[in-house]
Amino acid sequence: MAMSFIRKLMLSSLIVLIPFAASAQTFVFTAIPDEDESKLVERFRGIADYLQQELDVEVKYIPVKSYAAAISAFRNNQVQLAWFGGLSGVQARELVPGSQAIAQGVEDQAFFNYFIAHKSTGLERSETLPEEVRGKTFTFGSKGSTSGRLIPEYHIRTIFNEAPEDVFSRVGFSGNHTRTLRLVEAGTYEVGAINYAVWEKELEDGNINTDDVKVIWKTPAYPNYQWTIRGDIDERYGDGFMDKVREALLAMDDPALLESFPRSGFIPTSNENYEPIRTVAEQIGILD
Amino acid sequence: MYLSPTAKISLLFLAIAVAALFFADIAITTVNPWRDLGQFFLGVATPDFFSTEGLATALLRTVAFAFVGVALGAACGFLLSLVYRFYPVRVFCAFIRAIHELFWALIFLQFFGFHPLTGVLAIAIPYAGIFAKVYSEILEESDPVPGRLLPPGTGVVSAFLYARIPDCWVQMRTYTAYRLECGLRSSAILGFVGLPTLGFYLETSFSQGLYSEAGAMLIMFYVLIATIPLWVKPKLLPVYVLSAPFFLGEGMPIVWGNVERFFTEDIIPAPIRNGEGLADLGAWFNDLMLNEALPGIWNTLLLTQIALVATGILALLAFPLISNHFGGPVRRTSGHVFLVIARSTPEYILAYILLQLWGPSMLPAAVALALHNGGIIGHLIGRQTNTLQLRPDAPNGFNRYSWELVPRVYRSFLAFLFYRWEIIMRETAILGILGIYTLGFYVDSAIQQIRFDRAMVLILITALLNIGIDILGRYIRRKLALQTMPTC
Repeated sequence: MAMSFIRKLMLSSLIVLIPFAASAQTFVFTAIPDEDESKLVERFRGIADYLQQELDVEVKYIPVKSYAAAISAFRNNQVQLAWFGGLSGVQARELVPGSQAIAQGVEDQAFFNYFIAHKSTGLERSETLPEEVRGKTFTFGSKGSTSGRLIPEYHIRTIFNEAPEDVFSRVGFSGNHTRTLRLVEAGTYEVGAINYAVWEKELEDGNINTDDVKVIWKTPAYPNYQWTIRGDIDERYGDGFMDKVREALLAMDDPALLESFPRSGFIPTSNENYEPIRTVAEQIGILD
Repeated sequence: MYLSPTAKISLLFLAIAVAALFFADIAITTVNPWRDLGQFFLGVATPDFFSTEGLATALLRTVAFAFVGVALGAACGFLLSLVYRFYPVRVFCAFIRAIHELFWALIFLQFFGFHPLTGVLAIAIPYAGIFAKVYSEILEESDPVPGRLLPPGTGVVSAFLYARIPDCWVQMRTYTAYRLECGLRSSAILGFVGLPTLGFYLETSFSQGLYSEAGAMLIMFYVLIATIPLWVKPKLLPVYVLSAPFFLGEGMPIVWGNVERFFTEDIIPAPIRNGEGLADLGAWFNDLMLNEALPGIWNTLLLTQIALVATGILALLAFPLISNHFGGPVRRTSGHVFLVIARSTPEYILAYILLQLWGPSMLPAAVALALHNGGIIGHLIGRQTNTLQLRPDAPNGFNRYSWELVPRVYRSFLAFLFYRWEIIMRETAILGILGIYTLGFYVDSAIQQIRFDRAMVLILITALLNIGIDILGRYIRRKLALQTMPTC
């Protein structure tokens, strides 16, 4: 009995090691998890259907749990296209030589952030980040986020000349923008930094109680989200595939799809447009 | 005043925990914690079993990963146990089990990506280390007499199979089955880093405040664990183990070049990778130690000591709930339900839930660790009191508790507690991923910044810390002559 049990165990462990079959020619993409997952899944399933129609290959979207997971999947060639933020795009393109930023939203040329505050702080909108935020509790979005981490941290450091941990009494990472909004609205954190697009969309959809949470500062503009594609894509899917993907993204005009981002349309972009983001990331030590 | 060694050590640990409380970050930061908690319980009370398309798949994957991971871990652990007497093997096993499943998963995710192998190995590797240790202990304690009775010239293999294994078989089987339950918990939490198990969907529902969905998942998970005796039968086991690999899901194909890159580039400290000098390496290491490792170690130790004592207090308060010496059947049943829920919910999930409700600080983590571990120990010593026969004129109520039962189970209570010390520390470190500033926080930050060299050093430090606590825990247990069986 012992032997047969051991034999069965060993046999089953062999089976595990047999590589799993996967359809090789599926074009897979992912996106950084910057908002509620159900919203992302709905949005990007729509994009997958659209791309499948335009590109004549099977297209699949896989949801991931962190910004790093999106970058790793792109780097490991398990996804070939990704909707990155400014910072994650810079990180990913550095890790995958030849990869290209091919399209950005019209709004992403000059993206900005809101600093928001709970009503209990009594803070009102002003021209800069007011000194009164000192000593309050503060939440970023995700650790690897441009609008949730990099840009707010940069401005906090520039305005106060101190690290965020020294300015605020407690610094947290909510995980994503929707969560930042909910946490500040509930007062868990007194102040937070949020991507303006998420704020505006939630406001429009009536999901924000503006008595409880207010915008207190709008940051200067910076380049943000973009579609980044691997450089070796043509070798795998045939010549001209990268151009086809770019054209498909730029030609996207379905109002429902665009509204889900929300972007008014997509325009061409290039790696160089994101140099300012790299500079900032190096300054605050996120990039070497 | 004379104090017994067990009392002395208890008071010492209590004093350390109280001192730690002064340094620890304990707070409820939400404005309305009770309203949120109420909403959560309302969600659990009104579970929605049909809203998520993924619930059935998630459970299936959770079970599949648990079976494959535990089976592979048991097989490798068994082989390792045969050579466990060699010092390097022991060190190797101590090392692989000192790294938490989630850390293993985070490592494999970097080069296997979302391939089922990531989840399988994340469970199998640390479990192999644990199995090796426990199996070898069981084998060591087997009765030597049958072996001596064998005729001269009996082969080593025959002697092992006919004289050692039969004596240990029941114990090994019991332990392996018990470990399967642990495997289900490990499998469930792997979802939090992106594998397709229960944690994946639980995180999704929970982070969006969909408590009825999250409640349904938790209830299904409890049912799954509570019904293990019904669906895990010795005869069905081979069927499960053989079919489980086919239910892991497809994942993404492995690109082997990534594996090479990870080991030859990613984890090499940046100054060496970039061909800078030793001075730069020193500066790199200094920076890492000062700004990440030391604060991480400090917070991990603080939280571990607080959680350890809280676990002990909770276990002592909770064991009467299921003890035959108190209360009627109704209370004992509800006591059982409470303890089953407390010990079936992985610390990680409990901490995740409490963090959402109370806001970030060490408090939710300490409560989660105490609930889970206190539930386990309370259950074990509660059961132990049921084997005690009290005199017919034994006192009742509080006197029975404090003068009859607690003194009788106190030694095994301490044994369990010190056994779990290392486990609590391993979990404490991992809870950092949720945003408490323990070592896991810095590991996660390094991974989020794609700095795997830093992440690996921090994981290594975490492992060494766990090994240190394990040795200390065993030393204390030996000093006090405390014996226990392994728990997870």
